[in-house]
Amino acid sequence: MTSLHADLTARRGEFALDVRFDVPAGSVLAVLGPNGSGKSTLLGCLAGLHLPDRGTITLRGRTLTSAPRVHVPPHARSVGLLAQDALLFPHLSVLDNVAFSPRARGASKAAAREVALRWLTEVDAVGLAGRRPGQLSGGQAQRVAVARALAGDPALLLLDEPLAALDVDAAPAVRGLLRRVLGAREPERATVLVTHDPLDALALADHVVVLARGRVVERGPTRQVLGAPRNPFTARIAGLNLVPGTATADGLRTRGGGHVSGLPAPDVVPGEPAVAVFAPGAVAVHPAGAPPKGSPRNTVGAVVGGLEPHGAVVRLRAVDGEDWAEGVTADLTPSAVAELGLEPGTPVRLAVKATAVAIHPAPSQ
Amino acid sequence: MRPDRGVPRALWIPAGLALALVVLPVAGLLARADWARLPELLTSAAALNALRLSLVTAALSTVACVLLGTPLAVVLARSAGRGVRVLRAVVLLPLVLPPVVGGLALLFLLGRNGFLGYLLDVVAGVRVPFTTAAVVIAQTFVAMPFLVVSLEGALRGSGDRFERVAATLGARPWTVFRRVTVPLLLPALGSGAVLSFARALGEFGATITFAGSLQDVTRTLPLAVYNQAETDVDSAIALALLLVVVAVLVIVVARPRALEGIR
Repeated sequence: MTSLHADLTARRGEFALDVRFDVPAGSVLAVLGPNGSGKSTLLGCLAGLHLPDRGTITLRGRTLTSAPRVHVPPHARSVGLLAQDALLFPHLSVLDNVAFSPRARGASKAAAREVALRWLTEVDAVGLAGRRPGQLSGGQAQRVAVARALAGDPALLLLDEPLAALDVDAAPAVRGLLRRVLGAREPERATVLVTHDPLDALALADHVVVLARGRVVERGPTRQVLGAPRNPFTARIAGLNLVPGTATADGLRTRGGGHVSGLPAPDVVPGEPAVAVFAPGAVAVHPAGAPPKGSPRNTVGAVVGGLEPHGAVVRLRAVDGEDWAEGVTADLTPSAVAELGLEPGTPVRLAVKATAVAIHPAPSQ
Repeated sequence: MRPDRGVPRALWIPAGLALALVVLPVAGLLARADWARLPELLTSAAALNALRLSLVTAALSTVACVLLGTPLAVVLARSAGRGVRVLRAVVLLPLVLPPVVGGLALLFLLGRNGFLGYLLDVVAGVRVPFTTAAVVIAQTFVAMPFLVVSLEGALRGSGDRFERVAATLGARPWTVFRRVTVPLLLPALGSGAVLSFARALGEFGATITFAGSLQDVTRTLPLAVYNQAETDVDSAIALALLLVVVAVLVIVVARPRALEGIR
């Protein structure tokens, strides 16, 4: 069932955002795009902070915006927003921050605090309840902000680059937390995640729309879009190699039965669905017969499917390989292509160092 | 001792002169004071009444500044449009206008021949000029910009990010104002109120024009100092010292931080 329906145009000077999408109840849509692609404007329109020039937004059948006549104000939309910065109210304790939304929606103080404690427990931050926001680390603050956004039980949750401001150590834990709370699949809630990082989309979203200069250039199931981008623009921002399978202690068991070694993210659980991610630049191409140089843990035989110029490099797409080779892309210099005598149909051996492979949990699709 | 890095020596001379200009007159006041007669002069009925009147009217006009100026600052800081820019300039008017002119303007608005004053007189039988209420109005007129400017600066500096988040959490505009805007504004509100109080306490020009100098009714400390200066200089100096003490107390309470609110 469609929960959120958006079809809108918003102009900002020269720039125009023009998008249309639906988000089914209980699912997560990632809006992927570089800075300046219109992501923030889109979120502002959904949250009710901007008024689009044209279009409609409906949530669970209720019209939130029908430009220019209908505009439900932000507080009456049942929308939760989690921004890049936690933006916890500095004058309230952690507990009262999380209790803010139930309180604003009419709950008694005691009832609101009860809800807040439940959500703080949910995000493993119940020990911070008495603290002031100024005493929290960035990761802790973002955890509390997640609890605060969810405590109001929004029908639509908006995530605006929720991991972008966190340092490298804190981001994976918060990503794992978001996976958990979004994965709990509140069956009624629709979630829109705005990000420039394909990994966030991969870890959290069922579907993705790719936004470029205000327009949707590609859309579909996350893994399909990111793994095999059909649009050159998507390929440039994503274009990652994704190998699905089941997580192991040091990598991933592929569906074909092979093993890919890599560095598991902290929230990977062995035995759960996972995906191995590596960039085309990390894939080395060797002649089929030659033994690999150095000690790459992951090698696989493949057949060259296509060769396309891709900026300064040539991107090779493999077909018909052993196990996970199907669809893998590799970037080579034009001179390497000439040296190896590559052309469609040439058998090759692909190698990826384990340190270049990240293992991430995958939403079951 | 820590070397004063980066301060050119040439600046010390004008800086010293500036400091002397501030300190020496007060020192002169202290030197000229008749310390033996001081207790007697300060406890005279006229002096005590002037002090009480000053404190009461300054406190009342500070309350009026907070109640009226805070909403004005929020409206100015959070509204868009060209009209708001004009309004902001208008609010600053009492800050740059000579207080005497302000007093005259108030007189022509609320005096017996002013259009609002005439209306009040005819409809309600109320005459505002030359009453204690007129003192409070004159002080509020000159002190309001201090509060509005420091609050608006704080509001613009912090932006409306917290207010937007509060709205998405389901808080209505009034709830946002009460539970987010005002609490975040409290430090600036405190320093703005102290500045307004200090300005109201020192008010002279607008008060004497609009409210006159009636003993026990409109003769606040600054007016009493001016009044005594012509007849009894020792008494004027004693009252002036009283104002210095009150001013020092305000600075101690408010800390110089209060002044950083003004931009």
